[in-house]
Amino acid sequence: MTTVNTKLNRRSFLKVSALAGGGMVLSFSWLAGCKPAAKEELLAMPKEWFELNSYIKIGDNGVVTLMSANPEFGSNVKTSMPMILAEELDVDWKNVLVEQADFYPERFDRQFTGGSQGIRQGWKPLRTAGATARQMLVLAAAKTWNVPAGEITTTAGTLEHKASGKKAGYGEMASAAATLEVPEEVALKEVKDFQIIGNSKKNVDGQKIVTGKPLFALDHKVEGMKYAAIVHPPAFGMKLKSFDKSSVSGMTGIQDVFSISIFKDDYQRNFFDTTTFPEIIAIVGNSTWEVMQAKKALTVEWENAPESNFQMAGWGGNTSTVTVPAGLENSARHKERMAEYVHKSGNVIRRDGDPEGAFKKAAKVLERTYSAPFLAHNTMEPMNSFADVKGDKAVVYGPTQAPESIMGTLVQALGIPKENIQINLARMGGGFGRRAYSHHMVEAALISQQIQAPVKMVYTREDDMTAGVYRPTYSATYRAALDENNNLLAFHVRAGGIPETPLHANRFPAGAIDNYLAEGWDIPSNITIGAFRAPRSNFIAGAEQSFLDELAEEMGKDPIEFRLELLKRAETNPVGENNDYVPSRYAGVLELVREKSKWNAPQPNVSRGVSAYFCHNSYVAEVVDTVIKDNQPVVEAVYAAVDCGVVVNPDAAANMGEGAIVDGIGNAFFGEMAFENGKPTKTNFDKYRMIRHREAPKKIEVHFVDNGEEPTGLGEPLFPPVFAAVANSLYKATGKRYYEQPFAPQLEMQNLKM
Amino acid sequence: MALYNLNINGKSQQVDVDPNTPMLWVLRDHLDLVGTKFGCGIAQCGACTIHLDGNAVRSCQLPVSAAEDAKITTIEGLSEAGDHPVQKAWIEHDVPQCGYCQAGQIMSAAALLAQNPSPSDSDIDNAMNGNICRCGTYTRIKAAIHTASQNL
Repeated sequence: MTTVNTKLNRRSFLKVSALAGGGMVLSFSWLAGCKPAAKEELLAMPKEWFELNSYIKIGDNGVVTLMSANPEFGSNVKTSMPMILAEELDVDWKNVLVEQADFYPERFDRQFTGGSQGIRQGWKPLRTAGATARQMLVLAAAKTWNVPAGEITTTAGTLEHKASGKKAGYGEMASAAATLEVPEEVALKEVKDFQIIGNSKKNVDGQKIVTGKPLFALDHKVEGMKYAAIVHPPAFGMKLKSFDKSSVSGMTGIQDVFSISIFKDDYQRNFFDTTTFPEIIAIVGNSTWEVMQAKKALTVEWENAPESNFQMAGWGGNTSTVTVPAGLENSARHKERMAEYVHKSGNVIRRDGDPEGAFKKAAKVLERTYSAPFLAHNTMEPMNSFADVKGDKAVVYGPTQAPESIMGTLVQALGIPKENIQINLARMGGGFGRRAYSHHMVEAALISQQIQAPVKMVYTREDDMTAGVYRPTYSATYRAALDENNNLLAFHVRAGGIPETPLHANRFPAGAIDNYLAEGWDIPSNITIGAFRAPRSNFIAGAEQSFLDELAEEMGKDPIEFRLELLKRAETNPVGENNDYVPSRYAGVLELVREKSKWNAPQPNVSRGVSAYFCHNSYVAEVVDTVIKDNQPVVEAVYAAVDCGVVVNPDAAANMGEGAIVDGIGNAFFGEMAFENGKPTKTNFDKYRMIRHREAPKKIEVHFVDNGEEPTGLGEPLFPPVFAAVANSLYKATGKRYYEQPFAPQLEMQNLKM
Repeated sequence: MALYNLNINGKSQQVDVDPNTPMLWVLRDHLDLVGTKFGCGIAQCGACTIHLDGNAVRSCQLPVSAAEDAKITTIEGLSEAGDHPVQKAWIEHDVPQCGYCQAGQIMSAAALLAQNPSPSDSDIDNAMNGNICRCGTYTRIKAAIHTASQNL
């Protein structure tokens, strides 16, 4: 048993005193229309709810409502985070209802979904909130029964004092518990005693999803609501010059056309204030179809945008000036400029030993350059938002990963104080990082403010795909110095991109090689970029792990054995400082994937590639099996071994892992956004190829290391290593190495069908 | 604008819209049946799949004027109690991640099974290839269709 101080997340207990004795139902949902749960039809509803803290309400009949504070974009936090509460509260999951919390920073910690941090950072606060509520129920029973609290046990929502034979459900003690002071310290369960954590629970929204119930912002509707479409410049480096309102004003159902600006002139932007086109045109009307028709008919003039600057707030109170270059950019030119860095120095980020000297002495140098294009997130639900702004009050209901960041942007754009703006959290039809930048909510709010009526604004797929905030394009050159006996003398990586470097200089193989040099570089651009599932790792892992595969071959070693040797060195006699991985855990996933994939017993005609990576505090190794069938590469099987500590909801965790693997295979083969004169060349799914049913692996196995460690990230870590596992497997299948993503065009040049 | 009499999920409904309005927006904006999703608008992603006389069609490319004499089924009408074998299999395999594409996937799967109660893996690939799942739940979808096939 661990004892924790409840002050850790005091914030979630703030309302308890206000409720004391009242036992009132506190509804902090402004949108009653989005709530009904299928489960509610099965559970008898209590007459009265008692709130023990921000996360937990208990009904007089023992039914429990748990609040899910984080935005849900498909990582299943709405099920897994309440499971953590339920575990420490010690209730029967069958009696639990889960409700999506709205954005309410006074009550909830860290309402942010991204960086694979939900479970990791929620772990202690949620356990503490659950354990504290349980302890308050125990104390209430002790007082009622007049027995020592230490003699009371709880099981699945029931309190018991064995010596006196007294027993009560949580519902009977909830009213008394709600009047008690919050205990200063509470005990947490041991991992081995978990009943709910580690036992798979179905998605709490599953039934609503399969029956088509409204769950997404795009599904929201209120009386008198208008519909809006937007028109943004057709190219990066362009801006609005003028538009002719009369070109659409006579069209059926069209109410108004106007332009909106996201940022006031003196506004200092925050980290997530990335928006490609700060001024756009809004078309308001009576239905989605009508505003989309007007969008096509609107006459607009665009012009080239000059270089511009804005102020951005950095971490720790610093501000910086960000420059947006002028010009209409081209992918061909991007490639040329990145290629210059193969032989041009970057900024030295890390140097161990004497890499330059070691390369001079080398008998052989292996040098390879890897690259990848810009990628669009392409969430299935396009950007959209509902907003209702009237006078100095605003309600905004939209798909966002980062409500706290967009609140400040809304305050300046609307000129309405924070206290008067309510942000409600919709289930998101995908996020992948894209919805950490939530300017679609500001756009909807500005449109609503202009017409002083509720509005639902929706991007077309074309608007969404061409609005930027992409994964950057990257390039990395790796060099390895070998002596005459093929011993590794030195390792050099020089990696950069437009407009950022993907380098993680302190990650493996740093720490495992005496002479190591890491350089980074970047090239400015007006193409906006943003977080995309495992930012930077999603490229550098593929480059690094492809290079290690080729290096192992050059050295005559098995690729898993070679990595394990390096990790042994990093563990027993690490080079340098700040190596940000634990070599034994890294080795652990390689050993597990070797066992589960039967690496040492390869099958005829099956080509295998391996890859491993550490990011978001978790370790993943993957083996991809490819076969060539009817002249077509087919991913037959993928085996993944994952060390992310305790796995809260194993089947859902495996599902997310499978999804990350499919996502990686799809982007490795097909993912690409390109530009001609600033214009994205792909505007919809007819041109932007996404992985589909036929290309998905025939089998995926996700295996978790069972080590009882505190949980770490999961949504992202399975994604980065796939690229290299695919490339290394394809090499075995075709005899060619793949250096340039996406791989499909090169495979087609080898006369393979893709 | 014109009046159209539609047969949707066994009920007759009347709407007054432009003849070119796609069924997708008639369902979503005019009839409040929002289970059918907007994904691409050009019949490339399958999120808007509905049944027209039992066949899976992309409602974003189906003008209301072409739907008047047909029997239309949406995800809301696939089963009364949300217990169609495909829906049950989706729950059993805990298929959805974000969930946005799943109504379209389910409608394509249900139409496939109505025509081919025991599809092979490649039958499934062919019938489902028009439905994108950005979260990558394809392997679970396939497993769920096989399960549903056994419980028809």
